[in-house]
Amino acid sequence: MSEDVIRSVAEIVTPYEAGAHVVACGFLGEEAVFATGEGEIVFASGRKVATHPGAGILEAVCDGEKIYTCGDDGRLAATDAEGLVETLAEVKNKWIDHVALGPDGALAWSSGKTAFVRTKKGERSLEVASTVGGLAFAPKGFRLAVAHYNGVSLWFPNLDAKPDFLEWKGSHLGVVWPQDGKFLVTTMQEPAMHGWRLADNKHMRMSGYPSRVRSMSFSHDGKLLATSGAESVILWPFGTKDGPMGREPGMVAPAREGSRVSCVACHPDKEAVAVGYTDGMVMMVRISDAAEILIRGPEGGEVTALAWHKNGVSLAYGTDEGKAGVLNL
Amino acid sequence: MSDKIPVTVLTGYLGAGKTTLLNRILSEPHGKKYAVIVNEFGEIGIDNDLIVGADEEVFEMNNGCVCCTVRGDLIRIIDGLLKRKGKFDGILVETTGLADPAPVAQTFFVDETVSGKTALDAVVTVVDAKWLKDRLKDAPEAKNQIAFADVIVLNKTDLVTPDELKDVELRIRAINPFAKIHRTTRSELALENVLSQGAFDLDRILAIEPHFLEGGHHHHDEDVQSFSFSTDQPLEAKTFFAWIDNVSQVQGPNILRAKGILSFKDDPERYVMQGVHMMFEGDHQRDWRDGEKRESRMVFIGRDLNEKALREGFEACIAK
Repeated sequence: MSEDVIRSVAEIVTPYEAGAHVVACGFLGEEAVFATGEGEIVFASGRKVATHPGAGILEAVCDGEKIYTCGDDGRLAATDAEGLVETLAEVKNKWIDHVALGPDGALAWSSGKTAFVRTKKGERSLEVASTVGGLAFAPKGFRLAVAHYNGVSLWFPNLDAKPDFLEWKGSHLGVVWPQDGKFLVTTMQEPAMHGWRLADNKHMRMSGYPSRVRSMSFSHDGKLLATSGAESVILWPFGTKDGPMGREPGMVAPAREGSRVSCVACHPDKEAVAVGYTDGMVMMVRISDAAEILIRGPEGGEVTALAWHKNGVSLAYGTDEGKAGVLNL
Repeated sequence: MSDKIPVTVLTGYLGAGKTTLLNRILSEPHGKKYAVIVNEFGEIGIDNDLIVGADEEVFEMNNGCVCCTVRGDLIRIIDGLLKRKGKFDGILVETTGLADPAPVAQTFFVDETVSGKTALDAVVTVVDAKWLKDRLKDAPEAKNQIAFADVIVLNKTDLVTPDELKDVELRIRAINPFAKIHRTTRSELALENVLSQGAFDLDRILAIEPHFLEGGHHHHDEDVQSFSFSTDQPLEAKTFFAWIDNVSQVQGPNILRAKGILSFKDDPERYVMQGVHMMFEGDHQRDWRDGEKRESRMVFIGRDLNEKALREGFEACIAK
């Protein structure tokens, strides 16, 4: 870390108590919401809505109007800004492990080996060879990436064709597409990521992490992929036809001694990334010159959730100890 | 280490009495809550605990280690359970009767989150006193389950004669002389014999008489062996870690389990370690107590192990 005094905006951050492990956060309208491991949506106003009573939320995604949560009660629920909860899907004796948002209100979720997609037209499902590790809709065309053991299935839910299979040995967990849809990147059980250039299915191995990569975020223009898992934010260069192949990744926002980057979220329209660490620190870093702004000191707990409001002015964070906060720039 | 969530793995061949034991654990008034990872719903009906169905998905890690298989479903489930930390006191994992315990055990070594937040407390194997001998002939899994055990519940003892019981115990001892054996009928035993065993608190291996197997009734298993080496002279840490690293690389595929309590030169703390195949982990446990005998001991259970090489390697670690 440089000797310069780091600018801090920590004093204008509003702290909140989410009361339990914050799995994800987002904004419903202008209000920040936090989804917790105790099955609740905690609103910044203090209101708590038990969307998964007696159970835990495993993943959540937010489109600004609703927050979609899946849980170990086998339910997929949507909660709106009024706190109204709607159950969208239910499976018996199983978890709904993952949820993803698609174009035109499409929604995907998975339970065990089965991925589901619901659109205005109806619901379809796809069974893959092993438990689904992650889901992501392609930015263009109605296509869903389903990560699982030994690769990713690329499924056009509106077609009856067999999904394309991108093979790479190992357990694939998270999955993301850049905005141009030309690559696909997964996080793996090992401390590494794997990527494919979809034009020719050429492989990209992105390794060297000291721990598992749990958080990935593409910059607004899709030119950089920010990742957690190391002592700094690792930025992989995309946006050219070869992507990160043969290129060194950039590194910004080093952690304090003994800490690592646990969560990243790129700003919706600027070259900046919000960074959370395993010691509870939250920073914002400008990518062009690595200038840092402190948002929360290393106050403990691991940062497990970060989300920008789409206006780019507000940022919400949450930790595994149930601490949360909102910055309004 | 104390704030890690203890994990008990329940194994046992089909029909040995595993589900009976699990139901017993869950229904006794021990005042604790468990997250229970089972293969099948239906046979267990306890409201107070979190019950999760698992799929036993075993896969290889991409770390150049052929025997390094883990249970992907367990990693996923434990990741999920950790978001509800504080809601349960321990995790019970029930495996299917045909399961090899290695991937389950290795899961607790290999994944950083899992090994950082949970600790394998004990592998508990339920065996059927009447049918074990037949299973040892036709089911390699049954033998692995015994070799892996920290605690063996020798069940259905009412169905065999005292001589048969003694004989089956000797068969078990030939495979694994280090596990605690409890004789039961209908899996009835005090739960403190199953839970909170602290397999990592390996004092038990110090209590084993090294010549246990060599005197009296000689009853070696034909393909699983166990060795124990000890010394009261301090070990050279650097030499030891280089040696154990080499052992894990070279003999790892054949090592079912290894455990050790170690006294290093110029180190006031007791070092404990355990391993499964090529994965070994260890940590300083506590200071050696005043008057405590500073003895180092390693035990290995495995197939086709080279006893002479292991013994010589261990002895070469004694500080000069």
